[in-house]
Amino acid sequence: MRAIPLVMLLASLACHAETPQQIRQTYVAEAAAQQPGFAPSAKRGETLFRQRFTNNDKMPACTSCHTDNPMHAGQHAVTGKAIKPLAVAANPERLSDPAKVEKWFGRNCKEVVGRACSPAEKADFLSYLSEVR
Amino acid sequence: MKKILLMTLFGVAFHAHADRLPMPADAPAAFISECSSCHIAYQPALLAADDWRKLMAGLNDHFGTDATVDRENAAKLKSFFERNAGSASRLGDAGNPPRITQTQRFVRKHREIPARFWRDPRVKSAANCEGCHPGAAKGSYSEHDISIRELRE
Repeated sequence: MRAIPLVMLLASLACHAETPQQIRQTYVAEAAAQQPGFAPSAKRGETLFRQRFTNNDKMPACTSCHTDNPMHAGQHAVTGKAIKPLAVAANPERLSDPAKVEKWFGRNCKEVVGRACSPAEKADFLSYLSEVR
Repeated sequence: MKKILLMTLFGVAFHAHADRLPMPADAPAAFISECSSCHIAYQPALLAADDWRKLMAGLNDHFGTDATVDRENAAKLKSFFERNAGSASRLGDAGNPPRITQTQRFVRKHREIPARFWRDPRVKSAANCEGCHPGAAKGSYSEHDISIRELRE
């Protein structure tokens, strides 16, 4: 019987909502452990958002699917499916589920950048998406 | 007996014009969260069970994308597809890797569509069902609902 509340607690932890700031803070802490004094920068995040990579012809940059403006809706470069805006200001659902954020960094960094993104890059990127208007 | 016969007849008639593919009620949460990010959650009836098995076995290179899911969700998805897959004989061969758009049923249903519409920016890809069928994610593929006016006539 005692196990039930614990199971419920774990279930709630497994899928809990956080604010964009809380999610970013996890990456900031990881980055600071690697580079003491690290501070996230929305400007560096924007540079990463616009950077073109040579890993994938169909999707050379974030902008290939998400457009040049994170406030706008995008379209998947291959399948054509509509994508809701990345910017928190345009889409309040963004950056509210830490597992989802990590999943998409995992997939998209591998596919577009061609490697995993560092905690510093992720913190910068989230700063940009939280601040852009 | 008469009632059963009538129901069977209606069932067959409805089936012949099956442009509605409602989502089975037993879809696991992962079906939406994992399978409807890059494309709509294609109804399981659009591929045969064997083809779903092949797709699930190759998610690490899913048409060029790593679409791997964790083991627990993979098992749930696999059994969901197996429970609700379409009939292999009605769909026809889907190729390898299997593609819904290569099944003979899909090809037959779309044979009247001129090539230029597949390249239309509103469509972009045959994988983009919603480009023409706005209700596709809800299972509506009726010819009357096609959003590109030139194709409705």
